Amino acid sequence: MMIIKYRNIFFALTVAFTVAALGVLGFLGLNIGTDFTGGALIEVRYPEGRPSSEDLQRSLTNAGLESVTVRGAGEDGYIVRAAPLSPEARNVVAQAVNVGSQPVLQRFTDVGPSIGSELRTKALIALALVALCITLYVAFVFRKVSKPVSSWVYGVITVITLLHDIAIPLGAFAIFGYLWGAQVDALFVTAILTVLGYSVHDTIVVFDRTRENLRLNEEAKRKEDFEHVAGRSIEQTFVRSVNTSMTTLISLGALFFFGPVATQDFALTLIIGVITGTYSSIAVATPLLVAYERFRAKRA
Amino acid sequence: MWKYRLGALFILLVGGLLGWYLYSSEVSGSREFRLGLDLSGGTQLLYKADTSAIAGDLEESLDALRETIERRVNLFGVAEPIVQREKGSSIAGEGEQRLIIELPGVTDANEAIRQIGETPVLEFRMLNEGAMAPQEGTTTPTVDEQFGPAILTGRHISRAELQFGQGTGLANQAVVVIHFNTEGRDIFAETTRNGVGKVFGIFLDGVPISTPVINEPIPDGTAVISGSFTPDEARELVRNLNFGALPVPIELVSTETVSGTLGGEAVKDGIMAGLIGFAAVAFFMILWYRLPGFLAVLALSVYVVISLALFKLIPVTLTAAGIAAFILSIGMAVDANVLIFARMREELAKGKSTDEAIHDGFARAWLSIRDSNISSIISAIILFWFGTSIIKGFALVFGLGVVISMFTAITVSRTFLLALGSKGRTSLSRFLFGSGIKI
Repeated sequence: MMIIKYRNIFFALTVAFTVAALGVLGFLGLNIGTDFTGGALIEVRYPEGRPSSEDLQRSLTNAGLESVTVRGAGEDGYIVRAAPLSPEARNVVAQAVNVGSQPVLQRFTDVGPSIGSELRTKALIALALVALCITLYVAFVFRKVSKPVSSWVYGVITVITLLHDIAIPLGAFAIFGYLWGAQVDALFVTAILTVLGYSVHDTIVVFDRTRENLRLNEEAKRKEDFEHVAGRSIEQTFVRSVNTSMTTLISLGALFFFGPVATQDFALTLIIGVITGTYSSIAVATPLLVAYERFRAKRA
Repeated sequence: MWKYRLGALFILLVGGLLGWYLYSSEVSGSREFRLGLDLSGGTQLLYKADTSAIAGDLEESLDALRETIERRVNLFGVAEPIVQREKGSSIAGEGEQRLIIELPGVTDANEAIRQIGETPVLEFRMLNEGAMAPQEGTTTPTVDEQFGPAILTGRHISRAELQFGQGTGLANQAVVVIHFNTEGRDIFAETTRNGVGKVFGIFLDGVPISTPVINEPIPDGTAVISGSFTPDEARELVRNLNFGALPVPIELVSTETVSGTLGGEAVKDGIMAGLIGFAAVAFFMILWYRLPGFLAVLALSVYVVISLALFKLIPVTLTAAGIAAFILSIGMAVDANVLIFARMREELAKGKSTDEAIHDGFARAWLSIRDSNISSIISAIILFWFGTSIIKGFALVFGLGVVISMFTAITVSRTFLLALGSKGRTSLSRFLFGSGIKI
């Protein structure tokens, strides 16, 4: 199997991508959304033509809103972000957005800071919990496979691929944040957690095939290099991995292009995640398993 | 084989019936999909309950608070308002007690906030020994030092009524008569029995409106508030007390308002994306997997109607994120079929008959279907726990989708394939059961 044979090239590629993604992430940073920081978000449309963003910003600042930023949305609307509102400011927002042209308020959210920090903590815990549960689960599922690689290694490798699967969408999202102000909100975290589930789902299918091939060899008292077994398993699951990704990507593509605006960034994150997840389950997870086995064999 | 054909017919019949049910219940409006506020338009308010002053049973007070606000919100006349209690995460701080109020169709959040906030907080507090009673109707910074904690609050009231000119000194004066519930009556009776000659204060929104002296024990559970009300003020107080004196003070922490037009667009786009996604996935499956692909599309249709029917029956509140989860699940639901077909093809390649290949393919694929789907279920459960209402909507739909798709793949697809029951080794049957795009 070419992927196993040239695994070092794939490792180098994967590491390069991950480092690049983390570099972009560190350099550009993420726009943390109001879900997590607390704050106000106002989406307003002006069917009769929108006023200038400076006018809107000035009007809202005069009305007592703090750290106001205004961004265009669609052809006739704006999305306004601001610090959490005082009760007085909340009362006058409806008047303050009326600058010259008749406004239609589409969405008005005001999240208290305590709610934001609580959600942030919960998100981090959820991420850690998913990673932990999945490692334990994979180790459990493959518990009967201990030769030549212990079941814990399957779990640990799953987590390593997971780190890769998180790093790439995060890096991509840092770029989206830079390009069009995409924000990390609760939906983004949901997308990441879904990607984790999907990626593991994919990895398990490949590992499962390795498990079965090892068992069949043992039953038939065949001797076959682990390297070959792993390569064969990838080959056998390759079409399925690609096809499942295809159908998932087709649905997500439909969601991205035709779906609600509210879930567009979400769909894009998932698209990137599904691609990285499929790639890592084919070109990272099993090759790592082989690399570990070779390393053990050499030392023994 | 006839067994499987009957089974397949039965599944198609049930699928058709479910589809008809979905259509008719939506058109007649007897049971429509439940849409979240982000789709239907409306206002969500999140309040924090200030529980620091509650002396008695916390749970009971908070339930009373919820019921009171619910009564109040019901007066708005909006369809299906929701008032829910929620406890903040205890890991991130002290675990605030919160109240979520959802008002579908209400887009003037400020008016709703005003009407909820208008509700008075009524408290009965004893004047401390040696303290001077403040002037009625005024508040002083030292009011908390002068008075003890609240012994009776709004939750002890069963009803209030307006009366005029009760007794001699109060002729033509509007007074509010409060009837306590059983618990309130006992507390009030005991307080007045032990406290003859003492002064207590009746507080409305933190302001002492009346500070009478206890002349004699009052065992019958009524109290008269004789603040200097105008008849209108008294009438409003009676109404507010009856419809919702808040047993616990609350503070607004978050609001969210979505207009109906934005929500309507999201629904329209969501349906569009779902249809296009379904059609494209179906096209791909038939192109690649041919006859089994067609059967997988039938199974996928059954999956879709079962899911949608469950969304109605449970009912699941659909949000934009929930619709996204459902569309995602359409793509993932065929995975089990793909796994099975891939296995079937291998068995065919070994020279088995199509019948054997179907049986063995299912048996071999089941383990990886089971093991891989459990990881998605783990993610869904954790998401559900983590979630705000939006995320919960996603997690529920996603988790349900995974479970239902497993079910349809191993029952529906299997029955369909076996119903065809081709034993043939002809090149046509091998072509139909083969896969790939080369012909």
